[in-house]
Order: sequence, then structure tokens, then C-alpha cells
Amino acid sequence: MSVLAVKSLSKSFGGVHAVNQVSFTVARGEFLALIGPNGAGKSTCFNMINGQLAPDSGEILFEDKNIAGLAPRDIWRLGVGRTFQVAATFGSMTVVENVQMALISHGRETYGLWRPAASLHRERAIDLLAQVGMREAADRPSRELAYGDVKRIELAIALANEPRLLLMDEPTAGMAPRERNDLIKLVKQLVVERGISVLFTEHSMDVVFAYADRIIVLARGRLIADGDAAAIRENPQVQEVYFGTGKTFAHAQGAAP
Amino acid sequence: MTLSAFLFQALNGLASASGLFFIAVGLSLIFGVTRIINIAHGSLYMLGTYIAYSFATRIGGGLGFWGGIVATALIVCVLGALIEILLLRRIYRAPELFQLLATFALVLVINDATLWLWGSEDLLGPRAPGLRGAVEIFGRQLPSYDLFLIVIGPAVLLVLHFALAKTRFGRLVRAATQDREMVGALGVNQAILFTSVFALGAALAGLGGALQVAREPATLATDLIAIGDAFVVVVVGGMGSITGAYLAAVIIAEVKALCIAIGVVDFGFITVNFSKLTLVAEFLVMAGVLIARPYGLLGRPQGAVRSVAEAEDPIRPAAPGLKALAVAVLALLMGLPLLAQASPYLLVLGIDVLIAVIFATSLHFIMGPGGMHSFGHAAYFGLGAYGAALMVKWLAVPMGLGLVAAPLIALAGALLFGWFAVRLSGVYLAMLTLAFAQIVWAAMFQWEGFTGGSNGVIGVWPPPPFNSAAVYYLLTLAIAVIAVLLLRRFLFAPFGYAMRAGRDSPLRAEAIGIDVKRVHWLAFAIAGGICGIAGGLFAFAKGSISPETIHVGRSIDGLVMVLLGGIQTLTGPIVGASVFATLQDTVMRQTEYWRALLGLIILLLVLAFPQGIVGAVAQIFGRRRSP
Repeated sequence: MSVLAVKSLSKSFGGVHAVNQVSFTVARGEFLALIGPNGAGKSTCFNMINGQLAPDSGEILFEDKNIAGLAPRDIWRLGVGRTFQVAATFGSMTVVENVQMALISHGRETYGLWRPAASLHRERAIDLLAQVGMREAADRPSRELAYGDVKRIELAIALANEPRLLLMDEPTAGMAPRERNDLIKLVKQLVVERGISVLFTEHSMDVVFAYADRIIVLARGRLIADGDAAAIRENPQVQEVYFGTGKTFAHAQGAAP
Repeated sequence: MTLSAFLFQALNGLASASGLFFIAVGLSLIFGVTRIINIAHGSLYMLGTYIAYSFATRIGGGLGFWGGIVATALIVCVLGALIEILLLRRIYRAPELFQLLATFALVLVINDATLWLWGSEDLLGPRAPGLRGAVEIFGRQLPSYDLFLIVIGPAVLLVLHFALAKTRFGRLVRAATQDREMVGALGVNQAILFTSVFALGAALAGLGGALQVAREPATLATDLIAIGDAFVVVVVGGMGSITGAYLAAVIIAEVKALCIAIGVVDFGFITVNFSKLTLVAEFLVMAGVLIARPYGLLGRPQGAVRSVAEAEDPIRPAAPGLKALAVAVLALLMGLPLLAQASPYLLVLGIDVLIAVIFATSLHFIMGPGGMHSFGHAAYFGLGAYGAALMVKWLAVPMGLGLVAAPLIALAGALLFGWFAVRLSGVYLAMLTLAFAQIVWAAMFQWEGFTGGSNGVIGVWPPPPFNSAAVYYLLTLAIAVIAVLLLRRFLFAPFGYAMRAGRDSPLRAEAIGIDVKRVHWLAFAIAGGICGIAGGLFAFAKGSISPETIHVGRSIDGLVMVLLGGIQTLTGPIVGASVFATLQDTVMRQTEYWRALLGLIILLLVLAFPQGIVGAVAQIFGRRRSP
């Protein structure tokens, strides 16, 4: 059974069909990459799934429930975690408080007015931080962290509500190649342990081709390819969209995005 | 009412619209380019009237009047440039609130300078040479000068429109209004652009003020009235849109004229005097427009608005040292009645300070951790004070019940107003809260039969034993301590964390299931409720409550208290309120020019201690900012 099933999803801005009749599924435990050149409609597609944008038409089924048009917070409540392209944390809180906030929200304790929040779920939060390798930074203000570390904090936050699906918008954007690999390796390990399905967009092809179980390709709002790394590499349509000149992905591997 | 009378009022409205337009358009241009809300814009307008008066009476004749108007615009233009160069240029990078505060300090300084130069009497200028007559329209006499005003508003609109559309300066202004960072990145000299826009805006305000010289007397109250009106016009029209400013000026002036024209209407079961609605009409228009079109009629969402909340340290429970200090201060405060035997005034001061502490702490609750900059906190103070006083007056309830009702009534008001306010953010939220406060004020002022009108409610004295200043002081102290500790408790609880989460990153907060609007709405209501306690205590402390004590000045006082103490610290509002209330009760009452004194203190604060008193002390002692 698929965890996520996107059916005939469409969204236009003015006269531009940003996303046009796109359909795909994410299987349980699958690590699925959504790629495409700039302007292909990845972000639009992504933002419809996470609730930031309402689709013009089509269905987004998460575990057979249509979540199209729901608010981001309601989608999160159903068990969909998410990380941002530009990592966002609560700058006035410590690292561990950032994770605690997510745990508090997950436990529906947001409106508590009496018990101090600092002691709520602290152990569980520290445990999550340990899993992303950020235990030492627990009591530092989150805005003092290096960017790569903020990405790890985001990951800990995203795991707080025990999601069954994780949406990651360019998880490695703005990171050095070494960091990038470490982060994706960590993500993969964490989601495999938990059986979480992942849908991610990504610009660095080395990450995509090395780690994705399956790849889907968008171009000008349409889905043009769907398959494993080898199939996508050989797909003439994908080659044309990306290069037009006959270069192949073999050349692109390992190159900076 | 006849149709001709109605049309005549409409023409009158158009004449007023031109005046509104002149002040609003400058404010709008300045905001568009520099992102500074120049509260002192009303003061420049007021100066315009005074300076033009001097020209018209000293030199006299056509030259003194018409030449004086042009000269006034130029003088105010230069003054505007000086203000920009000497003050604003230093604070473009400061948090938005500090900019507001700095321009508010200018209001105070300019007001006292005007008092010093021209005295406190209202000054009515001569009628305009060449336009002294009247024209008969719709069977009534319309002064020729009003006709001139009707024409000059749209004329200036056209000139500005073409200047913005066709000249290089205009292109830069429009570009900066859309994306200030980009214009800077493209190598445009921002310093010159900002100075010239500010000078142009000032000149327009000066011209608008000068043109009023033949119509209305120059008075010291003009500055705040004018800026209030201008805010409404700019917000209704859309920040940065000059056509919007004119459109909004016409709508508001016409709605007011209509209210006057309709007059008293008997609906059978109730008689409504519409002419009394003029004070509140513009704010009703604004509230309506903001709810339907959050960026005003012709405004667009502002691109790249800098986060108003500066990066802040995590809050931590009070350190042992601070706790010990708090206990010591509390012990001292409890002993105050003993000291007061020598100087009974000390207790009055103590009560004033404690009420200010509740007021400022509740405002800080939404301003600091909530990031919602309310410019209308006086509304909840007023609802609490009037709520308690009116219950005593009409229902003869005992004081205890009045003090319980005060926060509940304020809470109900804050729930209602807050529901609308949290839908907006930044400047628009500030303006909407201001509008609601004006509505509360106007309701208290104009609903004479129920609230006593401008006299307010009197005879709200506490019963024994609370009629002794010492006992009432101790009651106030107990309530203030409870209120402050309660708000602190909320801030350290999950709800307070959720508030800060919504302020720090609304996107991230929503993405972890937090309903940011609802959290901020409830926070707004809690702050309003606690503020209502301050209002209730105030009414019984003074034995009365009148509209002037809940006017916009009180809202501004609250902002000053919070910023004086330091917005990023939890002890800040307590210290700020104490210092401010003490200064107000002592130093400022000693001098006629207390406004200028306060203004200079604020400017010193903004330029030298941008982190507030508590922030500065913390820095001096070389440790991180404490909560």
C-alpha cells in the first residue's frame, strides 16, 4: 500500500501551469526523490503536499485520506513531518527547547499555562538530539548554530511527532559536499530504522543518484519520468530536459550543483 | 435633510479631504521608501500652520499670506531634511519600535518648542487675500477659499503622480517602495534618496498645515489629531500609494461630512446623533477596510519586511541574585507605608507606579514574546477602569466586585478586538489596535448619558478600610505582584513558548502543529484582561475616570515604559514602568516643558541605550541579558 498517493494534481499561477496533472505514489519505507530543472514545478508540487498551497484540482491521499487543501498544521497532526529548504528554528529558544516545542505540540499541551515548559519532554528531546548527533549543543541558543547543525536540529524536530511520511525540501541545499553526504546518510539511517517514507526534492544529483530508491522527474509542470537511478540516467527525455546537448549524468555526478 | 444641503456638506468634505491628503501623502511616501513611520509628521503639519500664521500676521497682505505659505513649505522642508540627517539616519537599522519611539520623541520636543515660541493660545490667521468672498452653491455660501482647497488637493496629486511616473527621482522612489534592498544593491545613493524623500514629505506636511491657516486656528493639539487622521488615511489607502492616500482622504472626509449632514435621527426606539459619530467614523472605516483588505485599498503586501523582533536570547528562570533582589525590593515596598508617614505623597506615587507596572507588563507580554506591537493598549485599561466605575455608578456594586469585573470586561473587549488584530501584523496590526482604542475612547467620550461624557465617572471611592492610602497601596501591591507573577508563569509555560515560536518563525510553528493566530489571539486577550486590572485599580485610586486618561497618550506611555526598560527582558517592563511613572509624577510635573524633557530622555535612550535600562545594566555587568 502506498503511504502517499498524488492524483492528477494541478496548480496554475495566472496562465502558467506550474503543476499539470501530476500523479505519483510513495510506497511504505520508500526514499523517493523528486527532481527537475529550475521552474519545473517541484516547489509548487511540494508546497501543495505540505499544505502551504491549495491545489486547483487533484487529490493528495495520505494513508487514503485526502489532505489536499488542509492547513500545514493539520497535515502535520496526521503524521507528516517536514524540513524546510532554508532551515527554520525558533531563534529565541535553545536547541533542546526547539525539539521540546514540537513534542509539546504533539502531546497537545500547547495551551498549558501552568507547568513550566522547560521540564516537559526534556529527556525525549535530548534523546532525539543524540540521534542526530547534536546532544552536546542541547542548551545552546539555536540561532548560534552553524547551518549544517541547524539542518540536524530540523531533522530532530521533524521526527518529534513520529511521522510516517517525511517531506524534505532540498535537505542539503547550501551545504558542502562532505556535510551533504553525512546528512543524507543520517537521514537514511533514521528513516530506515523507523520505517518512515521520505519524499524529497534535491538539486545535487550525487545525493539523488546515490541514495534515492526511486526518482521522479518533473519538467514544465509535467511528470516525465519515474524509475530507479539507472532508468532515469538512461531516459532520453530526462537527458534532453536537463542537458539538451547530449551530456549525460555520468558527467554530472560529483560535480557541484 | 434636503439634497442640496447634503451636496453642500459633500463639497465641504472635499475641502477637508485636501488637508488630510497633504499630511497623509508625505507620511505614505516616507514610509514607502524608508520604512519609518514618522509619528512627528503631524507635528510638521502643525508647525506649518504656526509658521504660516507668523508670516501672514507679521508681513501681512498678499505677500505675507501667499508668499508665507510657500516659504513655510520650504522651511519645513529644510527642517525635515535636518531631522533625517541628524536623527533618523542613525536609527535605520534599529528595531522598528525604536524608530517609532524616536519620532514620537520629536512630537514631544516640537510641541514644547511650539509652546515656547508661540504660546499656548489658539492663533487664528487672517482670511486669504483675494479669496475672502464666498460662492453661492446649492443655495448656500461656500467660502472661495474652500473651493481653492478642493482644487489644490487633486492638483498636487497630479503633480506628484507625474513626478513619480516620469522623473528619475520618481522612479527611484517607486523602486525603493517596492524593494529597498535591491535599490541599494544597484548602487543608488540611499542617503540622498532618503533625505530628499523625507524633505519632500515634510514640505507637503508643511504646505498642508500652512494652507489651513485661513480655515482653522493654529493649536497645540493639532499634532496628535493630525497624525491620527493621517495614519488612518494612509492605512486605508495603502502604505506607499499616493492615489490611495487621496482616495482614502476623500472617503474619510466624506463619511465625516455625511455624519454631520445627517445629524440627529430618531429611529423611534432610539435617537442617534450621527454628528457625534465623526470621532469614531474614520476608525470604523479603517477597521472595516483592514479586515477586508489588509494592505489598504490600493496597497500591496510589503516585500521583504524586516523581522521586527530582533534575535533574542532564550528566557531562563530568574537567577538566585535576581530573585534575592526581587524579594528585597518587595520587602521595601511593603514597608513603604511606614516611610510614608513623613511624606504621604509617597503612597500616591507608589500606587501610580504599581498600576503602571501592571499596565506595562501586560503590554510587554504581547509586544515582546508575542511580537505584536499594540498601539492601543489604553483600550483595555479604559475598559477595565470604566467597567468597574460604571458598575459602581449604575449597579452600586462593592469595590471587590468592581475589581473582579474590570479584567473580565477588558478580557471580553480584547477577545473581540484581538480576533481582528491578529489577522494582521507589523504596522497594520499597530494601526488597527490604535483604531480600536480610539473607538473605545470615542464611545466613552460621546455616550454621555451612560459614561458621563467628557466629565467621566466620578465618586468611585473605595470603602473603608481601603479609603486609607496605605491600605489601598498594599492592596495594589498585592494585586500587582500576583499579576506580574501570573504573566511570568504563562511565559515559562508551553503557551508562552508557543507565543515565542509563532513570533520567531510562524512558518515553522505552523509546521509543528501550532495554530499561531489562535495562540496570539489568546495571548492578546490575556494581556487585555490583566491590563483591565490596572484600569480598575486606577479608577478606585483616583475616585474617578475620564476619557482623557484613556486617550492615545496612555498607549504611547506604555510603549515608552516597555522600551525604556528593554523589550527583550522580562524585568524590563517593571523597571521601565517604575522609572517612567516616577519621572512623570516628579520631574515632569515640576516643569512646564515636561514633554520636551521626556522627548529628550527618549532620544537619549534610543541613541545611547537601544537595549533599554535592564539591557544596558546587564551589559555593564558583563553578563548575558537576563530574563
